[in-house]
Amino acid sequence: MSCERMENRILAYADGRLKERDRAEVQKHLDDCSACRVRATEFSSVSDLLDELPVVEPSPAFDVRVRARIAAEPVKQNWWAWLRPSPRMAFAASMLLLATLFVGSTKIPETAPIPPDQADAEMMQDLSVMEDHDTLSNFEPLKELPPPVDANGADDDQQQM
Amino acid sequence: MLDVKAGDEQSFGLLLQRYRTPLVNFLYRMVRSREQAEDLAQEVFIRVYRAREEYVPSAKFTTWLFRIATNLALNSLRDHRHEKLEISMDAPVIADAEDGDEKPFEVADKHPTIEQKLVEEDRKKMIRRAIEKLPEKQRAAVLLHKYQELDYSEIAKILSVSESALKSLLFRAYESLRIELAPLVARGGTK
Repeated sequence: MSCERMENRILAYADGRLKERDRAEVQKHLDDCSACRVRATEFSSVSDLLDELPVVEPSPAFDVRVRARIAAEPVKQNWWAWLRPSPRMAFAASMLLLATLFVGSTKIPETAPIPPDQADAEMMQDLSVMEDHDTLSNFEPLKELPPPVDANGADDDQQQM
Repeated sequence: MLDVKAGDEQSFGLLLQRYRTPLVNFLYRMVRSREQAEDLAQEVFIRVYRAREEYVPSAKFTTWLFRIATNLALNSLRDHRHEKLEISMDAPVIADAEDGDEKPFEVADKHPTIEQKLVEEDRKKMIRRAIEKLPEKQRAAVLLHKYQELDYSEIAKILSVSESALKSLLFRAYESLRIELAPLVARGGTK
């Protein structure tokens, strides 16, 4: 392995993140190359130095501030959210069901059928009118009469005279 | 995150609890201001909350989270670059005001002498400065690799580079750190 190829592996080697096979390859190169060996040792030292920095704890008010900001977030109203199971939806559905049952159970008053005798009696009452209509519509002299004169046409004739 | 997506508010609390410290640390080491780091970390959580319904678990949650954080940090550094240059030129003798904010997890000696404390502080300051001097992308790569212990593939996705480009980025970063921290490295890197 060349020193250039070591660039991609030397840090992982120093940090112990290399796979066993790669590690053996790197180790073999380090045994032969003093420059890379020094570099690997110093990378390891740098890594140890970075461990010395203390951890910073967030301030006690951090959580409170995050929660306050989240509480102030506008609630997103999704139209399809109406279809999700919710107390509001369940209430609306039960009300609809109740209304349907109520309407379904109410009897619509039906008009009573007229008894046949009464129908005949009513027809007999109107019989004279029906007979008059038949007589007039079949009266021959009336059929021979000229058609009724149009009112406008009559006015025109008078003007010509 | 899938529970958060399903509307479980308690799960969001767990996410907050689990990731707030790594996020604030990462952002603090990126932007070097505690206040700004906390503001950015808040913004990360808000963005996660807003995007919860569209979240698709195509990548690891940490990859997604740190991608948001890295983008915010890089944008913030870009926006404040001019401001920082002005400060450093106007105030040549500047004490690291945030140094006192950091609380170490453990102290080697419970009663260090004043001299030991000063040496310790100088050492930490030197390490912090060395990280700070790295170009932004190299810095992000080192922080994600060293402190978040993410895989190369994850870091490559976060930084939108190929895995081989990331390895090269890290190599250059460690080369710079090795030179910058030479006085400490020469002593073997141990206290």
